[in-house]
Amino acid sequence: MAAQNLQSVPAELTPEEDAAGQAHFDRIIAEDSRIEPRDWMPAAYRKTLLRQVSQHAHSEIIGMQPEANWISRAPSLKRKAILMAKVQDEAGHGLYLYSAAETLGQSRDKMMDDLIAGKARYSSIFNYPARTWADMGAIGWLVDGAAICNQVPLCRASYGPYGRAMVRVCKEESFHQRQGFEILLELSYGTEAQKQMAQDAVNRWYAPALMMFGPPDDDSPNSKQSMAWNIKRFSNDELRSRFVGMMVEQVKVLGLTLPDDQVRFNEDTKKWEHGPLDWDEFHEVLAGRGPCNAQRLERRRAAHDDGAWVREAAAAYAAKQSAKQQKEYAA
Amino acid sequence: MSEANASATRITPGNALRPEDIALEVRTGLAKPTEDVAEYALRLGDDALILAQRLGHWISRAPELEEDIALGNIALDQLGHARSFLTYAGAGVPNQDGTAKTEDDLAYFRREHEFRSVQLFEQPNGDFAATIARQFVVSYYQYELYRRLTESTDATLAAIAAKAVKEVDYHRDHSAQWVLRLAGGTDESRKRMIHGLRTMWPYVAELFRDDELTERLAQAGAAVAPSTLKEDFDRLTAEVLNEAELEVPDVPAAPGGGREGKHSEYLGYILAEMQVLAREHPGASW
Amino acid sequence: MSESTAEPTGNTWGLWEVFVRSSRGLSHVHAGSLHAPDAAMALRNARDLYTRRNEGVSIWVVPADAIAASDPDSKGSFFESPQGKDYRHATYYTKSEGVKHL
Repeated sequence: MAAQNLQSVPAELTPEEDAAGQAHFDRIIAEDSRIEPRDWMPAAYRKTLLRQVSQHAHSEIIGMQPEANWISRAPSLKRKAILMAKVQDEAGHGLYLYSAAETLGQSRDKMMDDLIAGKARYSSIFNYPARTWADMGAIGWLVDGAAICNQVPLCRASYGPYGRAMVRVCKEESFHQRQGFEILLELSYGTEAQKQMAQDAVNRWYAPALMMFGPPDDDSPNSKQSMAWNIKRFSNDELRSRFVGMMVEQVKVLGLTLPDDQVRFNEDTKKWEHGPLDWDEFHEVLAGRGPCNAQRLERRRAAHDDGAWVREAAAAYAAKQSAKQQKEYAA
Repeated sequence: MSEANASATRITPGNALRPEDIALEVRTGLAKPTEDVAEYALRLGDDALILAQRLGHWISRAPELEEDIALGNIALDQLGHARSFLTYAGAGVPNQDGTAKTEDDLAYFRREHEFRSVQLFEQPNGDFAATIARQFVVSYYQYELYRRLTESTDATLAAIAAKAVKEVDYHRDHSAQWVLRLAGGTDESRKRMIHGLRTMWPYVAELFRDDELTERLAQAGAAVAPSTLKEDFDRLTAEVLNEAELEVPDVPAAPGGGREGKHSEYLGYILAEMQVLAREHPGASW
Repeated sequence: MSESTAEPTGNTWGLWEVFVRSSRGLSHVHAGSLHAPDAAMALRNARDLYTRRNEGVSIWVVPADAIAASDPDSKGSFFESPQGKDYRHATYYTKSEGVKHL
């Protein structure tokens, strides 16, 4: 048996090999076990995962920006430290996820190029501006809250590297939502101006946060397949409803209100319901016509391009050092 | 979750001196700096704070994602040192009602001429090479300073330095690694590294200038005379520069004056951005 | 290794696998991967990326393609042979049950 490395590269296989692979894959999924990078997997499974994991990674990296903008203006040194650590974590989470995506056979470089070229998607919520300090609270509480709801079930995703990355992300993210909640709590029980700032931020981030779970189930064609593959464990609407239920309770502790007078618990379905969401806006923002799309991509592009000479220098240095070492061995 | 997975992601807060611990000691009267020590802590705190503010700007803009995290770590370390020093300094400059000033009182409600940082720390990030040049000088300076300060007769200064010296040791390594790579990488990176060092070097002399305060404190064994750090700084930075085949830049020293509140034109902008929100809501808590 | 994934090309850094020992007495465990131009920087990046919360006391980094992996398709011939060899396990020996310190 030839030694092979850890990355998964789709190979040319005979129909018989493909059939055997499919049977093995189906058995693993039926057993709710895990697919690992070098296992045979259906091309569509690979494609779906690659899209989902890389989009998730891009969201972490683009998601750094609205918060990084407030690091320099954080109103206390404690908050500054917390925010810095949080944004730094997001870079880390992006890296864990790019790692997982790379095991599917695509280089991080390619993913980054696609992102910068505007060919890849990321969570559309990061195309909204963070206007005030209270947005740091609302992003932590609502956006990270929604993200955690989504991510906890993903720890059991059928693709091993993705699940493992999510375990790490979820462990680290537990502080992200809490720090957001505490920012809002301080503001809500602070001065009148602070309280207004907090309510305004919750008003602006509530609907985009609910839309983070994706389109309604009857308008989400890929969801069913993802659930059959044990990538997704719960439907978009199910997770959204669960999230609304949690927020309803937590907002009371905050002394604030949700900007939605149609939130209610449906006794028949035993599910939380919410008011209508503007899915046209969602699709507009996703299609690149949101308030900050151009700004976010440009900032990422600038960082990548401005850093090219640094990456090149380190690569050149490494090449020179290894040539030098080889010469020493030879001598 | 499997045991192996649990062991790979085990998380603990660790056990080290935090700014909150110093605040508690200040409140309970356990830590009480002399007027001189408070002024000295203010200097070191301001240095670290201004640098943290500068470095924080790199997060989301670094040359590679791994470096976002590395620079973020250094910024967080510096911010931690700043918070400890400023919290301690605040105990020596009480409010009118006798309570200690907090780290935030000092960071957000002093004016530019009241800041005591030396001018190197406020120099612009420039390109990555300039940031590395500044970090290289700062880390080798802070390492020599904190290493000696662990022996301070002032227990709180010694404790802050003991935590800081380990972190700054890593900053030294990080910046030295990059000096080697940028100097020995491509023609362009070498040019930029040389330029970065030249833009920062005029502000090196100020780091090692003694004054009445440091002389009094050095005599009391509470602090170190900055001039005594220079020999080790020169020797150790020269080692790295030699390996990188770089020369110590031959540029005239700037007059400095940060310790007396005379700053370059950059500090005003840094403070304007840092303080704007806190000053919009005086007395608010966050 | 002429086409090592860990060797940088142009402005792209190579891929490294990271193993972290979480405390003394335990093995290094695979934590994930990262990109770095060389081993020295890979170690430092690993420290910053995988041990921000005291997760480790020791780190290994390995060029991703320096790891030889068993072929998942030969799982049967490779890993099933030990099955049925119960006599390698203490539980196989039942007659001595109840005897102390055995």
